[in-house]
Amino acid sequence: MKKRQLQEILGFNLLRVCMVLVLLTLAFILYDIISKGAGKISWEFLTAMPRNGMKEGGILPAIVGTVLVTVITAILSIPFGMGAAIYLNEYAKDNNLTRLIRMSIRNLSGVPSIVYGLFGVILFVQAMNIGTCVLSAGLTLGLMTLPWTITASEEALKNVPNSFREGALALGATKWQAIRTNVLPYAISGMLTGTILGLSRAAGETAPILFTGAAFYLPFLPRSLFDQFMALPYHLYIMSTQHHAITQVRPIAYGTALVLITAVFAMNLFATILRYRLRKTKME
Amino acid sequence: MENAKIKALDFNFYYGAHHVLKNVSAEVIANKVTGIIGPSGCGKSTFLRSINRMNDVISDVKVEGKILLDGKNIYDPEMDVVDIRRQVGMVFQKSNPFPKSIFDNVAYGLRINGIKDKYFIQERVEKSLKDAALWGEVKDRLQKNAFELSGGQQQRLCIARTLAVEPEILLMDEPASALDPTATLKIEELIHQLKSKYTIIIVTHNMQQAARISDYTAFFMLGELVEYDLTSMIFTNPSKKITEDYITGRFG
Repeated sequence: MKKRQLQEILGFNLLRVCMVLVLLTLAFILYDIISKGAGKISWEFLTAMPRNGMKEGGILPAIVGTVLVTVITAILSIPFGMGAAIYLNEYAKDNNLTRLIRMSIRNLSGVPSIVYGLFGVILFVQAMNIGTCVLSAGLTLGLMTLPWTITASEEALKNVPNSFREGALALGATKWQAIRTNVLPYAISGMLTGTILGLSRAAGETAPILFTGAAFYLPFLPRSLFDQFMALPYHLYIMSTQHHAITQVRPIAYGTALVLITAVFAMNLFATILRYRLRKTKME
Repeated sequence: MENAKIKALDFNFYYGAHHVLKNVSAEVIANKVTGIIGPSGCGKSTFLRSINRMNDVISDVKVEGKILLDGKNIYDPEMDVVDIRRQVGMVFQKSNPFPKSIFDNVAYGLRINGIKDKYFIQERVEKSLKDAALWGEVKDRLQKNAFELSGGQQQRLCIARTLAVEPEILLMDEPASALDPTATLKIEELIHQLKSKYTIIIVTHNMQQAARISDYTAFFMLGELVEYDLTSMIFTNPSKKITEDYITGRFG
């Protein structure tokens, strides 16, 4: 009895230490970025072009570039990801082929992002001759987020009780009617949440856009989808490792990092609020 | 038999390598209640779900033989499964209201069948709820979520939802197994009232229930239809020893 109690206390405290360590790391990162980056944030920093060899001015083109690329990513990954998930979960027969496809999708979500970047160069930039631009980068990020979107959407669909489907079918609904009126309304919040979390990860990626469209420095905003662009994560990378006056631009790097994590945090918050509101309106 | 609404002819059902139903042949009489009894896993639910082709949704199943509905084989490749299910309504073992309002639950079947006329829907919802003996209890809260109803009310709501599309046949898969005695009694009274308009087939685990509500009783065992006769015959003078053993509670 004594020994079991000791084990219980020991195990519980071990888990507690793990959690505290993780939280402390996160808190330290946040503290470091906010304390060193907050001073740099100003209206000018957010709305001006970089000046004087990027040693002064703002990061507007990087913000605009990241937003544009994320929009392209969303346009690709939301419909295709949700569509594929609906097909896999509702229509595909549960056989070895489907299991193989599902396993491949799970594995694709673990492929390093640099591999997606190189794949994007070959497919979009070269083979399809789109060139290095917003569109190529967005499509590459879209491909990268698809496995996450599909997996999250499929989980959301799985959570809808089978009795909703059977009940609708038994009343003479076609399969699509049953899905549209009695499955999707209860899965959509989970599907969207998973998708937005995927997008927020994509927005912070550097490797996939490195070769497909992101530029070191541009004195102008992209005027079309076929222009190169600056992006927050890539800008951050340059400011912290590649710039010739690296100590001088350190505050800009911290400011950029703060803007980037704030954007990602805002998207995650939006996903949470969306899920909460959809669930509330649908289930009451 | 006269007035056969449904005829099963040498019907076989396989789930993977498992032979679930073996050469089942039976006729179900119109406007009567037919009870299906038998031990767990005997195939009674599978047989019920074969009549509206709900088993289609499971993969890896195979069907042999025929089930005729008004003389037409429902497994004929030319038959539209959606039409069959409109004609053959089903009430499930566990009540499965949709997470919508009481009104929208009953109106669901009408709306998916393309009916848009608001007054028509309102009238049909009211009529269905009255037929399901639920109207008095819910008429003041039709816009409330169906989950707020009690278990017995939810099951009667599911019956109302099924009645709303005006099927000819009602399949009921142990509709009262999760309900308390009072709610069970209400469902049984309801079944008794409904049989003048519908042909009802009910699967039940409860022997007394089968004896109380059904006109005919079918006894299934290990996928075979062992005995099928008037309920009065099955329960008083079964022709097979095994039927008698089952209904007297010696196994099962």
